[in-house]
Amino acid sequence: MQQHRSTEASGRGITRRTVIAGIAGATVTLIGCGNARSGRQRVRFWAVGREGEVATQLIQGFVTAHPDIEVEVQRLPFTAAHEKLLTAYAGDTLPDLCQLGNTWVPEFAALNALEPLDARVAASGAVDASDYFAEFLNSNRVDAALYGLPWYVDTRLLYYRRDLLQQAGFDAPPTSWAEWEAMLGAIKKLGGNDKFSVLLPINEFEPLLVMALQQPSEVLRDSGRWGNFRSDDFKRAMNFYKGIFDRGWAPRATNTQISNVWDEFGKGYFSFYISGPWNIAEFKSRLPANLQDAWMTAPMPGPNGPGVSSAGGSSLVVFRSSPVKDAAWQLAEYLSLPQTQSHFYDLTGNMPPRRSSWKIPALVQSSYARAFHEQLDRVRSPPKVPEWERIATEMRLAGERVVQGAQTVDEAVADLDRKTDAILEKRRWMLDRAAHAGKGAA
Amino acid sequence: MNVRKAGWWFVAPAVIVLGVFFFLPVLAALAMSLTDFDLYALSDSANLRFVGLQNYGRLLTEPLFWKALGNTLYFVALGVPLSICASLGSALLVNSKLARFRNVFRTIFFAPVVTTLVAVAVVWRYIFHTRYGFLNYGLSELGLAPIDWMGDPHWAMPAIVILAVWKNFGYNMIILLAALQSIPEDLYEAARIDGASGWQLFRHVTLPSLAPVLMLVSILTMTGYFQLFAEPYVMTEGGPLQSTLSVLYFMYEEGFKWWSLGRASAVAFLLFVLMFAVTALQLRMGRREVSA
Repeated sequence: MQQHRSTEASGRGITRRTVIAGIAGATVTLIGCGNARSGRQRVRFWAVGREGEVATQLIQGFVTAHPDIEVEVQRLPFTAAHEKLLTAYAGDTLPDLCQLGNTWVPEFAALNALEPLDARVAASGAVDASDYFAEFLNSNRVDAALYGLPWYVDTRLLYYRRDLLQQAGFDAPPTSWAEWEAMLGAIKKLGGNDKFSVLLPINEFEPLLVMALQQPSEVLRDSGRWGNFRSDDFKRAMNFYKGIFDRGWAPRATNTQISNVWDEFGKGYFSFYISGPWNIAEFKSRLPANLQDAWMTAPMPGPNGPGVSSAGGSSLVVFRSSPVKDAAWQLAEYLSLPQTQSHFYDLTGNMPPRRSSWKIPALVQSSYARAFHEQLDRVRSPPKVPEWERIATEMRLAGERVVQGAQTVDEAVADLDRKTDAILEKRRWMLDRAAHAGKGAA
Repeated sequence: MNVRKAGWWFVAPAVIVLGVFFFLPVLAALAMSLTDFDLYALSDSANLRFVGLQNYGRLLTEPLFWKALGNTLYFVALGVPLSICASLGSALLVNSKLARFRNVFRTIFFAPVVTTLVAVAVVWRYIFHTRYGFLNYGLSELGLAPIDWMGDPHWAMPAIVILAVWKNFGYNMIILLAALQSIPEDLYEAARIDGASGWQLFRHVTLPSLAPVLMLVSILTMTGYFQLFAEPYVMTEGGPLQSTLSVLYFMYEEGFKWWSLGRASAVAFLLFVLMFAVTALQLRMGRREVSA
């Protein structure tokens, strides 16, 4: 604001008066900031990507209902959000309320930047913890403390071509790995060498992660101290993943190589695609009208019957550094109301994390959303350690090496465990030190 | 005030700026490379450990670092000569008196330098596309099998080299063009009177006159190519199978994606040492050649 004014002034040529006026203006602004508590409160709210674009529109109701609170919305680009938040943390300029991917919550909790929300949720009239899909709420818990309130949920499941599946002789989508394999094989036979049955982009870790989460054992063991990739369970997931490529059912390609996944899906280059809720709107708008009845969504098939998927999504967090935590929490409550989430769904297609919000007509009527609704009760959180994203990337690379034939499954998982253990070295040191200090104090 | 003191006063502003914005950060980075500075240390400095040369030791035993280094050297070894040949060739062409529309061609050849890489990458991704790509279309016309440019670990780096050479050759072309135009015409005339052929003119007049500029151009190109980052970042994200991961990309991921700033600083210093050594070698060889 201040900067804006002085550039305008310089455009007209700086006179002594404008300089003095500028300094006076700056002083007034500074005093204004200092007195924020006594008068209007200012809540800074950061939202990412598409959510950031609609945030201002979404909070209109809140702004009219709370004349004493001024909300300043800032939009972060999706690709730079993580860096900007860390830089803001280092520079002590974090906002009051923020949208945070739920896999980032453990990281910011480790930085001690997040305000625990348990007491606020318990006291709240607007937010009811039991109304949330349990695992999504749980994904925001680190060491039993709740640090984020789910804002929207994201999970991965199957998008498939109903018509091509029917041609191959199947009326319903798969519910188990065995059924899925039968379908993948049949579709490949139908399409021949130029077509594939499924697209599992090798630059995404999600498909392999979902298959790993579908196994009973943990991906990391001893409360996230060591990798557990050498377990038979993970090897089973990796072998299944590898088999899909080895039998020519999936192209060894990245998303960017495909250039236009929606177009290729329409052309039948592949019939199954593992993706998230945002693609409902994309497929609706990008596929031609005659194909609109030809595609559908289905819950993830598991090793022996319906399987779990990953509990992703974004949460609302209040930062510990905020001087206006109560006002920020009020805004978070408003954003979590079923009617706000209904509006949010209309604007973005983001799926609400509360059961009561799923009663809105738009969601009940959407046949594409049904599979997601079913899947939301069958999800599992990825390991909640700050280093997770890096480990997931290493896991993806291990998957790529196996698929490309550069390593066998056994070599890849041994390598992956070694790398994971090295990444977690600092975490182990910190946990041991904390345990030691605890003992010393007791 | 004596002359020596006055001199210091004159250079003081530059020295202060360099000191504050260059030497201090470099020293800080050197100190950081001896610690395990990461996210945990950012939250509480009690979580910072002094690790001595461990970061360097680990890097030198880390296969991925060597792979990144190998990829970078491969890119430099393939890209720099190609780039300079392309620049020299195009400079000779647009300088030739036989060529028409020379100014138009100069502009066209220089255009890639000023275009945005991110926008260009979108186009090139289509050119390299396995099924719809222009490049593979050309190959099929020649009766060759299509190449999976971005998906085959053996071809991804050559594809990046093609893109980088196309993007950069115009810049060196301008420098070489200026050098070509400053070669006195009398030299050519004298040689022609002595009966020199076109090739001999090029070999014994043009090349020796260009030698200092070629030296400069190759050092600039090499240092630039050692810092390979943007091309893989927008085209392949370092893949497939990390075959286009460069040292700088490796450092970026360590530092700004995973916030292992200690290790990232160590990578930066290793790259610095390497580039310093190669440039020194090149300068020494160049000096010998120019004086010989």
